[in-house]
Amino acid sequence: MATDFAAQGADLELVGIRKEFPGFVAVENLDLKIPAGEFFALLGPSGCGKTTTLRMIAGLESPTQGQILIGGKDVTDQKPHQRTVNTVFQNYALFPHMSVLENVAFGLRQRKVSDPVAKAQAALDMVELNHLAQRRPQQLSGGQQQRVALARALVNRPALLLLDEPLGALDLKLRRQMQIELKAIQIEVGLTFLHVTHDQEEAMDMADTVAVMNQGRIEQMGAPERLYDRPKTAFVAKFLGQSNIFVGEVAEADDTKVSISFKGHKLTAPAERVEKSKGKVAFGVRPEKTMFHESEPQASSDLNILGPGEITDIRFTGVSNQYQIDIPEIGEVTVFAQNVGKSPVVELGAQVWVSWRVEHGFGLADLPTGEEDID
Amino acid sequence: MAFVALGGSAPEAVKQAPRKTGRVAMLLLLPGMAYLALFFLTPFVSLILTSLKQPDPSGVIGRYDFGFEIGNYVYAVSQYLPQILRSFSFALIATVIALAVSYPIAYFIAVKARNKPLLKGMLLTLVVAPFFISMLLRTFAWKQIFSNDSWIVNTLKDFGIFGADSYIIGTNFAVIFGLVYNFIPFMTLPIFSSLDRLDLRLVEAGADLYANPATTFRKITFPLSLPGVISGTLLTFIPISGDYVVASRDFLGGPETAMMGNVVEANFLRIQDYPTASALSVMLMAAIVVLVSAYVRKSGTEDLL
Repeated sequence: MATDFAAQGADLELVGIRKEFPGFVAVENLDLKIPAGEFFALLGPSGCGKTTTLRMIAGLESPTQGQILIGGKDVTDQKPHQRTVNTVFQNYALFPHMSVLENVAFGLRQRKVSDPVAKAQAALDMVELNHLAQRRPQQLSGGQQQRVALARALVNRPALLLLDEPLGALDLKLRRQMQIELKAIQIEVGLTFLHVTHDQEEAMDMADTVAVMNQGRIEQMGAPERLYDRPKTAFVAKFLGQSNIFVGEVAEADDTKVSISFKGHKLTAPAERVEKSKGKVAFGVRPEKTMFHESEPQASSDLNILGPGEITDIRFTGVSNQYQIDIPEIGEVTVFAQNVGKSPVVELGAQVWVSWRVEHGFGLADLPTGEEDID
Repeated sequence: MAFVALGGSAPEAVKQAPRKTGRVAMLLLLPGMAYLALFFLTPFVSLILTSLKQPDPSGVIGRYDFGFEIGNYVYAVSQYLPQILRSFSFALIATVIALAVSYPIAYFIAVKARNKPLLKGMLLTLVVAPFFISMLLRTFAWKQIFSNDSWIVNTLKDFGIFGADSYIIGTNFAVIFGLVYNFIPFMTLPIFSSLDRLDLRLVEAGADLYANPATTFRKITFPLSLPGVISGTLLTFIPISGDYVVASRDFLGGPETAMMGNVVEANFLRIQDYPTASALSVMLMAAIVVLVSAYVRKSGTEDLL
């Protein structure tokens, strides 16, 4: 078996991938291209098909339809052990009957790489676990096991490293620390990383590109800043961070601006930030871009104003306060205000108006679930 | 262990546990200890004493006096060396064959049928089904099947594979076959229970790390099933070494297939040479203890648990 192992990462291409299980479709017509050396995150709720996608790339499942190309080579029919891909499994899957060192050397021994022990030791050095090389995996803590799993995969210098929610079992503090380490290692080794996660913060924090997956499809893909700033669908707007969403008929539309009439109010967004400018459209704004005022702000063409409403809930989260404002006939609006010492002091039950700047709004291509039939 | 695990959520319970455990555990152990003392230790001491007895001066057959006749052991070995060696070689061969037959069965039930509860239950029932019928009856049934005018022997003769005076009953083949047949469930069930707990994600990890299916089996699946293989081989090897049913002339054996169990039986019940029978029993026991402890140490089970 002649397998060439890339010193550098290779690009990954999925062409028209579809995966059916008895009774349901896990992945539907997936097209995806990940350039070499990129840190790519596949983000989605559980059951969205992201882990199935990863398992197909690793060769542990075979797609019902479509092709998988690694470095331009079709590997769809290759067995997992023939693919230049390594996985960091969700539960780490370390071999309990081998020492940490033997776990890390396993892949090297299979490929008959010279001096596997020295290379395994170097990999353990990288994750700072050389002093535990002779231990058994079950004698290590969760964070240490995670690093062994990472070393075991990375030591093979795979063309593509797959990470299946590798930080899911760690506590918050350790998870943050491992995120930083993982990102640093990816930059250092220059390999292509495909990270599957349901943690949106983790995906945005680490990845160069994030693909948001829902019900077997990719909803939107792009740089984290771009995805967050301009979600295209209601799912992305709600899954990646929070959003206030308002649905109304388009009232005015020109080259620069689109306005909808929303229960007697006119809401405007820049035309280039609106996906659809006809019929019923959902507009959104991020809670941290939303402000509230104790008196009605002066109407202005670059400000959207709703209100007055009543503050029904205040949550202190440390760096910011989260306010729920109930506006009659409109519903709940969420506002985040940074605790920088100068936000208006308001109490539960206070009457406030909500506003956001026109350039911060966005228009979605679809309507939120449940809003389709409501006038 | 169990007490610590149960008390895990309540620290004060853990502190109390050792004292309570001591008293309750002793109480619970008492019946078992008493039983063992009465029904294992007493006969064991009596067996050793009998093995050293010398013939009564009166010369009455079956009457022996207490003594310290080490010569009984020398006599037993010199007289029955072929049967002693045959016992252990039959046990070894039958254990190896039973392992080769049982492992695939256990693997199929535990791994391939893992997500098919109905199939799994049916297959496990099939493995255990022979126990529903007395072992003596089953062995006797094989005697019928292999008997000299059975269709098997006749067919083999018709095809010219067997000569006119060939037979199966009483051959090494018949005895080993019967032993393997009787002990397959004892081999299959422990291996099944080990493989049933095998985390298949480890097998996937092996494939992910460039090991082909054969290597993954050799380096991951098999080592992780070793505790089951070891208990299975012990549960097979030990009883087979002392088995006296299958190899007896009443069942599948013949004069040339007698094992230690048959010799002990003959000495105790027919010749009434109790010291020799006891000496053989003591040696069988000692040999098994030595072989088994060497085997367990060599295979390094403690490493796996």
